[in-house]
Amino acid sequence: MNVAHLQYLAPEISLLCFALLIVLVDLFVKQKRALPVLAVIGAIVSAAFILMIWATPPVGLFDRMIAVDPFGLFFKLLILAATVLVTLASHNYVLKFDKFQGEYYALLMLSAIGLMLLVCAINFITIYVALELSSISLYALVSFLKDKKSSEAGLKYLILGAVASAILLYGMAFVFGLTGNTCVTCITDYMKYMPYDSLLEVPALLLGLVLIISGFGFKIASVPFQMWVPDVYEGAPTTITAYLSVASKAAGFAVIARVLMVAFGMPVWLHNDWSMIIAVLAAVTMTVGNLVAIVQTNIKRLLGYSSIAQAGYLMVGLAAMGLTMGTKENVTGGLVFFLLSYMLTNLGAFIAIIAISNKINSDEIEDYNGMIKRSPVLALALTICLVSLAGLPPTAGLIAKIYIFSGAVDMGLVWLVVIAVINSVISAFYYFKVVKAMWLVSPATEEKVGASWPEWLALTACVVFVVVMGVVPGLFMNLTTAAVRIFGI
Amino acid sequence: MNLNLLSWIIFLPVIGLVVIALLPKPGQKTVRWIALMAALASFIVSLAVFFMFDKSLPGQMQFVEKVSWIPAINSFYSLGVDGLSLPLVMLMTFLGVVSVLISWKIDLRPKEYFIWLLMLESSILGVFMSLDLVLFFLFWEVELIPMFFLITIWGSGRKEYAAYKYLIYTLTGSAFMLAGILCTYFITNTMDITALAGMQFGTTFIPLQFLFFLLMIGFCIKLPVFPFHTWLPDAHTNAPTAASVILAGALLKMGGYGMIRVCVSMLPQVAVQYAPIMCVLAVIGIIYGAGVTMRQTDLKRLIAYSSVSHMGYVLLGIFALNQVALSGAALQMFSHGLITGLLFAMVGTVYDRTHTREINTLRGLARQLPVITVVFSVAGLASLGLPGTVGFVAEFIVFNGTFTSLVPFAQVYALIGVLGIVLTSGYILWMLQRVFYEYPLERYDHLKDADLVEKIAIFSFVAVIMLFGICPAIITDIINTGIMPIAKLIGL
Repeated sequence: MNVAHLQYLAPEISLLCFALLIVLVDLFVKQKRALPVLAVIGAIVSAAFILMIWATPPVGLFDRMIAVDPFGLFFKLLILAATVLVTLASHNYVLKFDKFQGEYYALLMLSAIGLMLLVCAINFITIYVALELSSISLYALVSFLKDKKSSEAGLKYLILGAVASAILLYGMAFVFGLTGNTCVTCITDYMKYMPYDSLLEVPALLLGLVLIISGFGFKIASVPFQMWVPDVYEGAPTTITAYLSVASKAAGFAVIARVLMVAFGMPVWLHNDWSMIIAVLAAVTMTVGNLVAIVQTNIKRLLGYSSIAQAGYLMVGLAAMGLTMGTKENVTGGLVFFLLSYMLTNLGAFIAIIAISNKINSDEIEDYNGMIKRSPVLALALTICLVSLAGLPPTAGLIAKIYIFSGAVDMGLVWLVVIAVINSVISAFYYFKVVKAMWLVSPATEEKVGASWPEWLALTACVVFVVVMGVVPGLFMNLTTAAVRIFGI
Repeated sequence: MNLNLLSWIIFLPVIGLVVIALLPKPGQKTVRWIALMAALASFIVSLAVFFMFDKSLPGQMQFVEKVSWIPAINSFYSLGVDGLSLPLVMLMTFLGVVSVLISWKIDLRPKEYFIWLLMLESSILGVFMSLDLVLFFLFWEVELIPMFFLITIWGSGRKEYAAYKYLIYTLTGSAFMLAGILCTYFITNTMDITALAGMQFGTTFIPLQFLFFLLMIGFCIKLPVFPFHTWLPDAHTNAPTAASVILAGALLKMGGYGMIRVCVSMLPQVAVQYAPIMCVLAVIGIIYGAGVTMRQTDLKRLIAYSSVSHMGYVLLGIFALNQVALSGAALQMFSHGLITGLLFAMVGTVYDRTHTREINTLRGLARQLPVITVVFSVAGLASLGLPGTVGFVAEFIVFNGTFTSLVPFAQVYALIGVLGIVLTSGYILWMLQRVFYEYPLERYDHLKDADLVEKIAIFSFVAVIMLFGICPAIITDIINTGIMPIAKLIGL
């Protein structure tokens, strides 16, 4: 082990220090408002470390346990951005817990560390450890409200999460049994020379691959592993729901893309086969998510199902990415661009919801009636985010959809794109249901709804980026294509 | 020297709406004046473009602007006008000004109202000027949002139902269109509409017929083509007057424009192959639309169904696929925009006074509202194609072109289609008689005739309708320069 390589882990280590510092400060300081400040500073320091190692050529650390490459670093920045935004949005929300504010922020940061390690892990063992680190922190965070719903959500998440981890491990064990390796780059060295024509001829590999996809499927909430989503999203503190729906999902996609692309990228039949599995799952996922979302009356559940549907669109990108195997940058870039756009949009929507629900203490869509009169700016921001989720201009959502679908068409997945565009139409229906409630129905009370300045700050950042990405997407596309260049052949 | 005139046309309304949005608590008067200024500025710039347009360059895009926009999919911010799009741009900027004028008395949330109205205007302008498929699609989709709000907030009757229906219909169409655009891109590797016109396609991964209909569905819904028309009566009937004017006047034309610009220009062979089917649909639309119009008792719904019938002429003209018929279709779009725009504006003025649109409860308004009656009659007569109005010229050219078309059985379609004109005379005259003539009703004695702002709006409509009716060459010359190269591509 090369100790000097620890410098590449500076982002995680510094974040860990700040997490511990928060717990310590919490013990001795009465003024809890200092805690989120520390959390934000920690994230910024960590981001600064990432930028310092941004330009280093890709290396594998500690005997190929962890990789330092633009793909991982990009996702680390994404996770840190989500953490900062969620921290800002928690500013008022944490007043709901009478104690444990310090633990709340510390756990949030620990789960961020887990996710950051997850996106750069290149060994099944590190992947598993990182996954558990983030998951265990999140189990605690989900049940943080300690009321009936929150506890139920926490327990559900814990049990289903544990099952998913077990499935993932089981799948990894099969692959290990077959190849004798746990490091993803070593696995591909073995796979490359397999003398078969189809996945069906190698039952152990088929089983391993399916189990691994299932385990990660839980993390990204793809059908049929989405059962936990609505209840957990509804019961969890809204800030944590926001975090789950973006950071956790983004990291899930990063790791699934890396494992599938690197470990199972060769030979040709192998990546064609798993791409088809993903493509079929994508079609089912978005259809189920969109159809069930239509009948929801609770906005957190609605966004829960919407995030399932969005995972479906993302899987379209993943399938296309698998088929091209990095030979076409515009195809591989789509997934990451969509993730970036989805993260900003969904966070924006959740922050607006957090600010509104702090005031009205309800997540029912009918209580959003006439929100445009009670708080024009919050309602407008939420509208822009919902419009972006529906994939309408002039927002990031449309460009992201065009980008990710264009990759799929390029790879010949026209059938999947047709299903996806029909799904976008369905989704517009329920997004506009919320918009309609806010703009058209007259409010039950005229009482004004406001937000604290950290919430405004976070919300403004999200909305501005959503619109800017929708109008001048070129800049962001350069960034995302740079991030996926490591998969190039 | 490049003044970026086209960008100004699109973005002057945007500037107006940003100014309105930024004013903290503007009064109704301020807002409508700013909106009028923005719309007027855009109109004046478009007039400048109209006069500077060089008619001696057939088939060439003019005032072109091109900036790289999304390099990853080879997409440009690229604008330009030719003889096909320029009349429609003029139409839209004109309707933009008029629609602000006829919204002069809006007092429900005026700030938002004018923001949406200006946004609607610039998005439609963008559709007519885009030379890049992605940009085209972007503007195409932007238009939905303001329209949705205009119908749901300021509409009447079953407004939410109508707005949703409009949203879902249009989104379905544009969803397929997006798939079509992406397929086009990967077959040809370009998003440039001008480069795609007449491009030779080699072997493709999907049949060209499939591609043609993917693109076509969105345009068919928008135009609308029978049997995709059912959103239109609902949306029209329940939308506020200005939105109806823009909807009928310019928005429907996006469908016809898209068919000519994208489908027919890019895949002329497929268009020839399927022309008989489209012509049959057109004829069904003409006759069925006119028949249903006869039975309407709601004034606005009546005009809305007449649009279905009149858009049938456009479709027939397009798929007769020769120079004359295509020019006729383009002119019919222009003329229908003016005439139906005026008709909707007139229905609005009547409704403002009587608070009803039921034909059966209206009688003999001619005595009480002489000016409105005269203008309504002019609009009605123009709609049925009376010589001296632009409606006559357009319909004449469409049927003339269709009759000489080489599409199988074109003469039959033309002959049946002409019956539509007879039916139009029937429902228009019958409606005029019931609403304005016969004995006057006492309860309408106190009504006031059109005020100054309304007069400005409706007289300018009449002036333009007559101008192009008497001297159509001003506009047909321009249209011909745009249609000629497209007709050449078809080669029929």
